Amino acid sequence: MAKLGKDWGPLHPKVETAERTEKLAKTDLPRERQLELYSYMKLNRMVEERLGNLYRQGKVVGGLYSSRGQEATSVGCAYALSPQDVMGPLIRNLGAMLVRGVKPREVMMQYMAKSDSPTGGKDGNTHFGDLKRGLVAPISMLGAVIPVMAGVALAGRMQGKDLVALTFIGDGGTSTGDFHEGLNLAAVLGVPFVLIAEHNGWAYSTPTSRQMRIKNIATRAAAYGIPGETVDGNDVLAVYEATKRAVERARAGGGPSLIESKTFRMKGHAEHDDAGYVPKEQFEEWRPKDPIDRFERHLLGSGLANDEDLKEIVARIDAQLNEEVDFALASPMPPPERAFEGVYGASEVKA
Amino acid sequence: MAAETVTYLEAIRQALWDEMEQDERVFMLGQDIGTYGGAFRVTAGFLDRFGPVRIIDTPISESAMIGCAIGAAMMGMLPVVEMQFIDFISCAFNQIINFAAPNHYRWGQTVPLVVRGPAGGNVHGSAYHSQNPESYFQHTPGLKILAPGTVADAYGLLRAAIRDPNPVLYFEHKYLYRRLKDELPAGDELVPIGKARLAREGRDLSVITYGAMLHVALEAAGRLEGDGIDLEVLDLRTLKPLDQEAILATVRKTNRVIVLTEEQITGSVAGEVAARIGQHAFEWLDGPVHRLCCPDTPVPYSPTLEEAYLPNVDKLVAKVRELSTY
Repeated sequence: MAKLGKDWGPLHPKVETAERTEKLAKTDLPRERQLELYSYMKLNRMVEERLGNLYRQGKVVGGLYSSRGQEATSVGCAYALSPQDVMGPLIRNLGAMLVRGVKPREVMMQYMAKSDSPTGGKDGNTHFGDLKRGLVAPISMLGAVIPVMAGVALAGRMQGKDLVALTFIGDGGTSTGDFHEGLNLAAVLGVPFVLIAEHNGWAYSTPTSRQMRIKNIATRAAAYGIPGETVDGNDVLAVYEATKRAVERARAGGGPSLIESKTFRMKGHAEHDDAGYVPKEQFEEWRPKDPIDRFERHLLGSGLANDEDLKEIVARIDAQLNEEVDFALASPMPPPERAFEGVYGASEVKA
Repeated sequence: MAAETVTYLEAIRQALWDEMEQDERVFMLGQDIGTYGGAFRVTAGFLDRFGPVRIIDTPISESAMIGCAIGAAMMGMLPVVEMQFIDFISCAFNQIINFAAPNHYRWGQTVPLVVRGPAGGNVHGSAYHSQNPESYFQHTPGLKILAPGTVADAYGLLRAAIRDPNPVLYFEHKYLYRRLKDELPAGDELVPIGKARLAREGRDLSVITYGAMLHVALEAAGRLEGDGIDLEVLDLRTLKPLDQEAILATVRKTNRVIVLTEEQITGSVAGEVAARIGQHAFEWLDGPVHRLCCPDTPVPYSPTLEEAYLPNVDKLVAKVRELSTY
């Protein structure tokens, strides 16, 4: 085997983290809106905990994907959008969908393949969209949604809709051809588009060091002649403020931006994966930086909330989720004949 | 007074022009379609008339072009993407088969997208400018696939494609671009997607075909008249969804059938047609269903090699004679 030459580097180098302090980014968001951010992050995590229970009960018929540790990215980005904007969330962006008005029961029914799920049982997990709520469903092939969202932005501009399109990509997904083609096309066309690169250290079991030689994904923005920024992805305020800047720039005609959100995937690729390949010290390093705990400390430390306020929020979510789970469980499985329906859209597109 | 005749290419141009005039949601993405007017000049004059907002020259990024069109289509626009040569559609395979095609089934959102471009050989384009990629897509639910063989269909099917709410692949045959001339039908009637056309009525044997091979079949039919063999020619026009009724009807009538296409034979549209005949009209057959297609090789460059590769009138006539006496 020596003939094959030497390996070119350690397989599991330390994941590069963003420069960070405990202190969160500066924001003008008033107390109510900061509490709302907290609620969405908490909702994100608690929905996933409920989904975990349903999974262990055998109610989830496929895989289950967690965004634990990455809630600040999903919630902060989506929170920076306006109602007319369109978003293309990926599998770990449940929080972003909740901000856009998706009900927990919709996601639960998706995972459990129920008849009343948004896709009627035809697809699972977060793979559903609703343009009335500005949501485009992703496909599993990473990167593919980038040019699609560039097209959404293009259409919005043609239609004079003043909308911004936003989607996500992981560190692994930046290695796809569509990442390059899509971001380049968006840049060349100058469309109002924001790409959030969620740099969470691992693409399934592959560390970022086997995806790229650069430390910061934001570096790639220079190749497309667009602004790029790296933010602390576990600081919901930093994510929100950076996204807001990019969205405003896009809306003003400044074209696309790339934002790299540095965070960490605190679970495996999916529920079946115990992430045994991730060195323990990486989890230990990131656990104290948990975005929800950190935001709690900020809210309490700055006097924006007290323990009672936060407990009340959690209790409200808990009660809501009891109802959501009951509703989702009560939905029947879809009728078999539905498998054959809806391959084509029916009516002619009238002028 | 005879109506003015136009080429197959002009019919395509006219269909695009008319749809763009009529509906401002229609716009085009492509490589070199603006100032240059397209590699085959299909969009010559479009930039001047419709402007750069609707005639968009893109980078060499087939996947992003089609992805971008999918996004715009979902938003209510009616994009038409030109592949400079249809061979390059493979670079966008994922966007077509995984994004556009299952979108309506998965979450109910239509994708009124048209991807069009020059297909087919016999112009010495070699392996990457001569392909017939239809069978790659034939397999994928949610797509519609068109392959016009006449001036009228080139026009009427393209207009129907643009108005269809589904992703439509429109394969125009580059051999026919300037060789085929005919009158455009008067009036504004669209050619229905999913309907084959009986191009020639006959008693003895059916040739089921489409695209440039339609003209091979018609020429062979003329030559065989002298032999007292009366060919029926069915022009599929739409490859997906196939007009199974028309296919079975002609088989029941003549009881002998050749499926003539310009694809490599294995896994071809011709194979699907043959399979349906075997399954649904077996008792009507007086002989084996024959697929006259290209061999399983890449498309060769040299004229002598390409002639050996492609079906032609001689090959069809020989096969008809053989099958007539089966």
